[in-house]
Amino acid sequence: MFGSETVHSGRGEEILEVLQLLVSGLANGCVYGLIALGFVLIYKATEAVNFAQGDFMMLGAFVTLGLTNAEYLDLPFWIAAPLAITIMAVLGYLLDFFILRHLFGQSQTAVVILTIALGFVLRFVAGLIWGHEPQTLESPLALGDVQLGGVVLGMADVAVIVVTFLLTWSLYQFFQRTKLGLAMQAASQNQMAAYFMGIPVRWVQGLIWGLAGATAAVAGILFASKGAIDPNAGLLGIKAFAAAVIGGFGSLPGALAGGLIVGVIEPFAARYLAAGYSQIAPYALLLAVLVFRPHGLFSQVRVKKV
Amino acid sequence: MRIHFKTTYEQDIRLFPDLWTACVYGALILLAFALPYLINEFYIGEVTNVLIWAIAGLGLMLLTGQTGQASLGHAAFLAIGCYTNTILIEQGLPFIVAFPLAGIITGVVGAIIAIPALRLHGIYLAIATIALSILADDIIVLLEPWTGGVSGKFPEMITVFGLEIERWTMPTRFYYLVLVVTIICTLFYRNLLRSPLGRAFAAVRDSEVSATAMGVHIARTKATAFGLSCMITGWAGALMGYYAGTFNNETFSIVISITLLMMIVIGGLGSIHGAFFGAVVVAFLPQGLSILKDGLIGGGVAIPGLETGVFGMILILFILFEPMGIYGRWLKIRIWFELFPFARKDMFRRQKSYLKTERLR
Amino acid sequence: MSLLEIKNATLKFGGVVAVNDLSFSVEEGEVYAIVGPNGAGKSTVFNLISRFYEPFAGQFTFDGQNLLDRAPDEVADLGIARTFQNIELFEHATVLQNLLVGRHRHRKSTLIEELFFAPRVRAEEHRHREAVEEVIDFLDLQPYRNKMIAGLPYGVRKVVELGRALASGPRLLLLDEPASGLSVEETQDMRWWIDDIRKQMGITVLMVEHDMGLVSGVSDRVLALADGAKLAEGTPAEVQSNPAVIEAYLGAGAV
Repeated sequence: MFGSETVHSGRGEEILEVLQLLVSGLANGCVYGLIALGFVLIYKATEAVNFAQGDFMMLGAFVTLGLTNAEYLDLPFWIAAPLAITIMAVLGYLLDFFILRHLFGQSQTAVVILTIALGFVLRFVAGLIWGHEPQTLESPLALGDVQLGGVVLGMADVAVIVVTFLLTWSLYQFFQRTKLGLAMQAASQNQMAAYFMGIPVRWVQGLIWGLAGATAAVAGILFASKGAIDPNAGLLGIKAFAAAVIGGFGSLPGALAGGLIVGVIEPFAARYLAAGYSQIAPYALLLAVLVFRPHGLFSQVRVKKV
Repeated sequence: MRIHFKTTYEQDIRLFPDLWTACVYGALILLAFALPYLINEFYIGEVTNVLIWAIAGLGLMLLTGQTGQASLGHAAFLAIGCYTNTILIEQGLPFIVAFPLAGIITGVVGAIIAIPALRLHGIYLAIATIALSILADDIIVLLEPWTGGVSGKFPEMITVFGLEIERWTMPTRFYYLVLVVTIICTLFYRNLLRSPLGRAFAAVRDSEVSATAMGVHIARTKATAFGLSCMITGWAGALMGYYAGTFNNETFSIVISITLLMMIVIGGLGSIHGAFFGAVVVAFLPQGLSILKDGLIGGGVAIPGLETGVFGMILILFILFEPMGIYGRWLKIRIWFELFPFARKDMFRRQKSYLKTERLR
Repeated sequence: MSLLEIKNATLKFGGVVAVNDLSFSVEEGEVYAIVGPNGAGKSTVFNLISRFYEPFAGQFTFDGQNLLDRAPDEVADLGIARTFQNIELFEHATVLQNLLVGRHRHRKSTLIEELFFAPRVRAEEHRHREAVEEVIDFLDLQPYRNKMIAGLPYGVRKVVELGRALASGPRLLLLDEPASGLSVEETQDMRWWIDDIRKQMGITVLMVEHDMGLVSGVSDRVLALADGAKLAEGTPAEVQSNPAVIEAYLGAGAV
């Protein structure tokens, strides 16, 4: 907390501004991190990359909006949110069941392009159902600001940060501690061996897609609480993608860290860099990471044998 | 069924395996040259569009189908080709020099960009190229003095040895120009396939380890593939600029990159035919859809995202049911007729191959 | 002077010593076999010669030239060709194209010439194809010439891989388990081919093999490896009767 004297001095204001940027950056970064989490979940379990994860997030937001907003079903938020998360989880599972399972044996490129196409289709469907006008989610999270020693915190921002950290922590615990989580990890590292060890690999992969759908729904609800959404909100997925790469594909905490880095860089680049250069910043970082540390900032690279 | 008894090496080397095939393609080229006398100017414009997309498709096919490197950033190279061509002509170079040079410059830029990107595989390369495509948009704005930034540029009228060519007022001349470029690019592609470099591309695609053991320099081969791919794409970009009549930073967006990759997958990866089949789908889908839409719900209603949505669905269906694309389906139909009535369903059963995970690279 | 000379080669993966102070040399025109239990470092020796692995220490000389100065793709230029333990063919290409890739080290045409398919490219293609057809004749691959690798049975793939190595016109041929997974008849064929490769073509062969029947049938000298170090070296009969080798293979107390 800062005393009133420091607020009046120029330096104090600068610190406050930095803090303000930091908090809004962290909140955005958490959304990126949550989407990135979905990428990483699926990558860990199937070596595939779901380029439609951003569109999953958008769809999750719209499903919640459709359930809770007054002009649609008008359900109470605390019923609508878990319901939307469940719907998205089921959708994720079904996508795996009906589409991705049949790609077994095709190249990674086929999966990449298929999920991109899936994103197009989801965007189109969402546009048909909910229209292309930006809409806001009637969320209890969206109400009010908190004043914290001169830094204004949106409730939504606080909620985003808290929920994200809780979710990442519990997913991490899930993978490290529970039997199912370990089975999922095993399935990713060697499908054949996992199969022979009695792990139902296909079912486990379906579950992972379900989990990724649920995570996307959470990200969508939080994102929609922070501002308006429209069917193109899924394009955010590209930034989340940068986050996942920066953090290193295959690590859940890495994905969150990557998200936070991208989230924080954005407002600071916008504030301190010249106009055209600020949008470039996250992608420039992405390219730098890809060139110099292709396995992410936080990974130990393993060399495989012939 | 035609049976090839090979008696000379030439039969494998020359452009067409037998007289019949040569006649078919000869007739096709004759038809292409006679087309302006057969259909009206509107459709000539549409066919021109197909050919331009086919050139771009050939460019990406060389990289993705032949060398196995998926790029989601080829719109950036369309842009480089387009802007370079326009700027060179503005500097006073004649079209006949500026146009080839624009492709070559794009190719060199592509090869230079490829050098760091070469260390990436599969999805990482896809991500890097996505970033490239997004960056291209911002960079065009930043380079406003040369590119005209957001307000964009208008390409000047083409003059080849005193002959004026313009897309709107002289669609037939523009069509012939595009047709010649298409034939040249197709020949280049075909020549590469039958020479050592083309085989080295396939070697890199299928097994980098044994390609290395056979003396193929992986990085150099990939950079060459990238460069050649970008050169052809650059030419397509220049032609797209003329076709559109005006272009700015948003003309060559990431959506174009994605469409291009989807197009060659739908057409059939790894074949020249695939680029052309895919281009037909891309160029005629909007028309087809608007005719359908007018028929079903009446004209004037805009459905945003309809084209990309339907395109996405087509792609998903192809990947699920016909991963070899339209060309794969075409081959099956042809074989079915050639063998009639002896074709059996099981003949075309897909060989299940298991994904090889990354090994020593 | 030996054709291939390896002195004091050592390679470690982390804390594991894969090859330990190994020295041996292969003379021009002989068939030299490396045997040893799984994990003895046999394939690792091949990957060292191919320059896929960087040795920790040691000297590698081929025909008087330092192999360590060469990049992995330059090894083929010296005239060293190899096969792989788990076949590494170009799956989506025909047998003919696979064999033609073997000719890559003889490529003289430039990019521009190939784009325009200049007469020189055509002339060279004829030469490549002549060489490849000889290999096809030699290995009886005619029925498969224009077949995709993806549809071929295992035994044929093994032969195609041998053919691809031969097509490069090597002086030294490295065969990594040429008989693994082959039937008795196919192994017999392989044995005759290896004999002919040495006698008719004058190519030196260095091979890793488990099948002792094949090894004693074709090789002049045998090197037995255990834990990356030399256990015994000599004629097949000498090595097979060496107590240390028997112990390594059958376990202590078997002697």
